[in-house]
Amino acid sequence: MVRTVTSFGRSGTFDWLYQRVTAVVLIAYTFFIVGFIFLSDDFGYESWSALFAQPWVRIFSLVALLSTVVHAWIGLWSVVTDYITNRMMGGKATVLRLIVEVLLAAVAVIYVVWGVEILWGV
Amino acid sequence: MLKVSIYRYNPETDKAPYMRDYELDTEGKDLMVLDVLELLKAEDPTLAFRRSCREGVCGSDGMNISGRNGLACTTPLSEAAPKGKLVLRPLPGLPVIRDLVVDMEQFYEQYKKIEPYLQNDTPAPAIERLQSPEDREKLDGLYECILCACCSTACPSFWWNPDKFIGPAGLLQAYRFLADSRDEATDERLSNLDDPFSVFRCHGIQNCVNVCPKGLNPTRAIGHIRNMLLTRAV
Repeated sequence: MVRTVTSFGRSGTFDWLYQRVTAVVLIAYTFFIVGFIFLSDDFGYESWSALFAQPWVRIFSLVALLSTVVHAWIGLWSVVTDYITNRMMGGKATVLRLIVEVLLAAVAVIYVVWGVEILWGV
Repeated sequence: MLKVSIYRYNPETDKAPYMRDYELDTEGKDLMVLDVLELLKAEDPTLAFRRSCREGVCGSDGMNISGRNGLACTTPLSEAAPKGKLVLRPLPGLPVIRDLVVDMEQFYEQYKKIEPYLQNDTPAPAIERLQSPEDREKLDGLYECILCACCSTACPSFWWNPDKFIGPAGLLQAYRFLADSRDEATDERLSNLDDPFSVFRCHGIQNCVNVCPKGLNPTRAIGHIRNMLLTRAV
């Protein structure tokens, strides 16, 4: 049993399941947005703002944004803990890994706050 | 003439590892790679490698043969050197002790972690713990592992985290005891595996399945463990 505090859910099973669930949400959202762009007859500012005026589209967009953040955290955390390890770099890996993780977390928070402001700002 | 290039390193005399070239007359015979090594060692006694049973049972002579992990004793030249050039290196990722001999400590540490023995607190019956033929069948494809380490040392996840990721060999054995009807420690075993490293560093690339000299499938076993963890958690 390996103890970790920076993984998303602290349990591998939980992280694995969230990675899959968020992937499904992101696939659905991608099809929805791309489909709307290519299938609407008069795609432009009018139809785009009418689409995002509907509350369910805003909520779906927010869910997709949160899914992106969770998916990215689990994925990038795996990458960081694969390549920035104390085994390979010694003690400085801890500092470097923590810096990268804090940066990732900051980007995640900014994206969520900014996303909410965009979705409900217009 | 067969051309053989072998990774050589003696930490007591060499500053760095190097590849040494040999030539060998195989007299047109399709020798096993281990035979080639034995013939070369007769000429050059400084060459170090592990071997024991010479028939794919003991798992001592796992090495990287022309870019692919395998057992020297069961890999014929027709497979390893179809163009007459054989390249031998130690198993990748593990510390080299000398030439083709690697330090297996990290590999065994992971094996130890999964507690590879039956755990059963029920008083033993007079003769033996019986198992139905169906339950016994569940162990097929699991118990045959000889711990040669070809799979784990072919796995990038094991290269990056040999101290945290159990690796395909250890996980195949973990499932061997999870699947055993006579073992009662299933829940404790699963609890010990439910972290982001032990099982979940497996991303299913199947290098392990590709190289296993016994034709076993660790990726499938890992999938079974993941399903057991999920079933327990949701």
